[in-house]
Amino acid sequence: MSVEAQRSAIAVCGLADLVPGRGVAALVGGEQVAVFRLADDEVLAVQQLDPFSGAHVMSRGIVGTRGDHVTVASPVHKQVFDLRTGRCLDPVGRAPADLRVWRARVDPDRRVLIDILPVAAPA
Amino acid sequence: MTTTPSAPTPEGRQPQDLVIVGGGMAAHRLVEAVRDRDPDGAWRITVLAEEPRAPYDRVALTRYFSDFDAGALSLAGPQFWADPAVQLHRSTRVAHVDRHDRHVDSEDGRQFRYDALVLATGSSPFVPPIPGRDLLGTFVYRTLDDVAALRGWVNEQSALRGRPLRGAVVGGGLLGLEAAGALQALGVGTTVVEFAPRLMALQVDEGGGQALRRLIEAMGIQVRTATATTALKGSAGRVSRMLFEGGERIDVDVVVFAAGVRPRDELARASVLEIGPRGGVVVDDACRTSDPRIWAIGEVACMAGRCLGLVAPAYAMAEVVADRLLGGDATFPGADMSTKLKLLGVDVASFGDAFAGSPGSVEVVLADPVAGVYKKLVLSDDGRTLLGGILVGDASAYATLRPMVGLPLAGDPAAHLLPEGAAAPRSADLPDAAPVCSCNNVTAGRIRGAVHDDGCTDLAGVKACTRAGTSCGSCLPLVKKIVTTELTRSGIAVSTALCEHFELSRAQLFDAVRVTGLRTFSEIIARHGRGGGCDICKPVIASILASLGAGHVLGGDRAALQDTNDHVMANLQKDGSYSVVPRIPGGEVTPEGLIAIGEVAREFGLYTKITGGQRIDLFGARIDQLPAIWRRLVDAGFESGHAYGKALRTVKSCVGSTWCRFGVQDSVRLAIALELRYRGLRAPHKIKLGVSGCARECAEARGKDVGVIATDTGWNVYVGGNGGFTPRHAQPLAEDLDTETLVRTIDRFLMLYVRTADRLQRTAPWIEEYEGGLAAIREVILDDRLGIAADLDAAMAAHVASYSDEWRDTLEDPDKLRHFQSFINAPDVADPSLAYVAERGQARPATAQERTDPTVMIAGTTLEVRR
Repeated sequence: MSVEAQRSAIAVCGLADLVPGRGVAALVGGEQVAVFRLADDEVLAVQQLDPFSGAHVMSRGIVGTRGDHVTVASPVHKQVFDLRTGRCLDPVGRAPADLRVWRARVDPDRRVLIDILPVAAPA
Repeated sequence: MTTTPSAPTPEGRQPQDLVIVGGGMAAHRLVEAVRDRDPDGAWRITVLAEEPRAPYDRVALTRYFSDFDAGALSLAGPQFWADPAVQLHRSTRVAHVDRHDRHVDSEDGRQFRYDALVLATGSSPFVPPIPGRDLLGTFVYRTLDDVAALRGWVNEQSALRGRPLRGAVVGGGLLGLEAAGALQALGVGTTVVEFAPRLMALQVDEGGGQALRRLIEAMGIQVRTATATTALKGSAGRVSRMLFEGGERIDVDVVVFAAGVRPRDELARASVLEIGPRGGVVVDDACRTSDPRIWAIGEVACMAGRCLGLVAPAYAMAEVVADRLLGGDATFPGADMSTKLKLLGVDVASFGDAFAGSPGSVEVVLADPVAGVYKKLVLSDDGRTLLGGILVGDASAYATLRPMVGLPLAGDPAAHLLPEGAAAPRSADLPDAAPVCSCNNVTAGRIRGAVHDDGCTDLAGVKACTRAGTSCGSCLPLVKKIVTTELTRSGIAVSTALCEHFELSRAQLFDAVRVTGLRTFSEIIARHGRGGGCDICKPVIASILASLGAGHVLGGDRAALQDTNDHVMANLQKDGSYSVVPRIPGGEVTPEGLIAIGEVAREFGLYTKITGGQRIDLFGARIDQLPAIWRRLVDAGFESGHAYGKALRTVKSCVGSTWCRFGVQDSVRLAIALELRYRGLRAPHKIKLGVSGCARECAEARGKDVGVIATDTGWNVYVGGNGGFTPRHAQPLAEDLDTETLVRTIDRFLMLYVRTADRLQRTAPWIEEYEGGLAAIREVILDDRLGIAADLDAAMAAHVASYSDEWRDTLEDPDKLRHFQSFINAPDVADPSLAYVAERGQARPATAQERTDPTVMIAGTTLEVRR
């Protein structure tokens, strides 16, 4: 892994610190990020800000699936988002708004690394 | 009336003699009324009762059939008759009144002098003069002895014949239907025979009579109206057959005559007092007869040409005479013939000008034979003023309508006839224009359009398409009902699946998990579902596991299933902060407790507010502050109030008999016991209870899922009440229960609800959708019709035995405390987005506008918080 790539990501916690299916909040580059561990130990990260309610609570949402999308539902009004792309799958009657996504991975020491900058907004 | 009796005796004079002939309810009330007004004993009272027992409650006579306890019917305890100023002579029939020498002679030769004589002899049952009316097996239905004899005969004959008896009641009025109910309760196949064209001809009109007939026939009682009984035939002296005009006949083993009454005015006739046109002793509005020293009260008194058969006017006359005897000038206030009664479980009420006798009056009628309801309002000719009405099948509006007789009726009169709590019809067949979702003003028509035109095939689709139910969500049950109705109407199969991951309904899932014993989500979804679950099924499974005692909500893989509030055992607020509610059982808290809560709120800068459930809510707690707050609260003796769970919330109480001058039972003690029993019980939806110490109902118990109201003999329990989008009044489940039976009844009701209700379904809609409704639920709970009562009892016992405060358990478990960090990589940094301003001396979240206004003093989450 190039130094460049390493400097652009930080370790927020150990994989063992994450409970599968239950998110946590992390501070990444001054931004609040919601980090999730899935059953197969894949790790995903999206913005902690719920775009519909304005509260920073996405890490406290229920993880699930919709079709073959892996999803998280906002704990405030239950809008549903695709955890991998951040795309809003169910705006529950509101104008849709998506979540920004951060690239996250587990390094050989089983630490959770998250890029400092979010992935560019989906096309 | 010329002379009036001498004024009451001044102090010390020899007391005067008041003799009362008759030992019924009117006589009893008169003794009570005189003694209350006569502390000095100006009157020495002698009561001559024909029956062998002290006065008893004849209105509740039928209750004798269920508990066979004559004593329970007596109107007063022995100490009432131990009063030295009162002499009760039982089994004493009066033969003669000497008006000149002012004394009364009994048949057994005793003589009783009187200064004032009151005739309270009531009336006797009328037996039509038909052949065979004296055969063995024929009865009347007036006194305790009549009822005891009837019961004896039925038991004896049933044993003798080895089969259920066939019975007939002559008379379809109030008493006749009561007698029919009594016979049916004894297992007799009963027929009511009424000469008039309808039942209860005195109280209800033609339409009401038909509705009543339909309801009574639905209970297996045969009804014959406009039928004259011509004769009774017997075999070996026992009644065996009843003949009707026109030649028809039925076989009978027992006959009860309840065809009206005749006033017992024989004594007055013999004493040459003025007699009414249809019998009864004529009295003026002071209840005085044609002899100034003789009065008459109750059914024997003929006031304005009529004898009144109801208890209320009889009591009113007794009060008038008592007032007069003690020097007052009270007059009879007029007979309010309004009645509300429950006959064979059927509500019947009539009030005011029930038969629209007033000139020009108009009638507004709701006749719904399907629901077995008939309601009529009589209004003035301009349709504004309420004059009277009749209610059959559902008399819940009686309490509000009767006091409004003579007053203008607000709004559309017909609205008062609709089922209680239904301001507008809430059923699925709402008119298209009817508003359903008020937040987003979506009408029923728009929702139907979403199904038929926009092709939505489920609730989620309709929500997305019309925005109905996407704000507060309280209209969702109604939206779901309309969508289901429209889908079925257009032939689309309506699935009861929970979500895309589970085909099963909640109740089916509950049974599956209970039977298979699976206790983790992954096992359950592998066996009964598919996919990864979602925000619908995960909380349902979490609730089912909690109800089955699978352990702490944050234990094992359950931590990832919990819904928004259970997620951290606190109530999420709009800005991402939480509110905290310590349990305050029954709403009772000590000064020290109040101070402790106040100190915690002040120390953490929390906004405090009293809740609807009689407890205190603390707002503005960050997720990372929750453990510290709860450590202080637990140390002060508090425990989780479960305000965040779909679980028991509170058991509200009024002060009840410990302090209140009206309280009849200790409602606080019961409320505390119930709250400590059911605390932590997870359920399909929140559960609220209330206990009121008397009928004034200050704890608003009938607005609760389970409402308990004290009576002087125990508790009445009502179920299926709630506030919210469709307010419901709890309906009676059982009456006069002792505490132990009450608790067992509530145990079973709650457990049955936990096991069979749908997702997020309160008890009210659950009861409505339960097959057979409340009546079926009553049979399951009180009569153990399904044979599952023991399981329900055991399940509740397991809940009570295993209860432990989940906040205390969290504080003692580092693994669980891990869930309460602000940031996993910066636990000491608080959520920087939280911002509060001061208002009315407390903190509240800053509005978006305030956040951008530099002049507004914004406090972060630290306020004046001592670290």
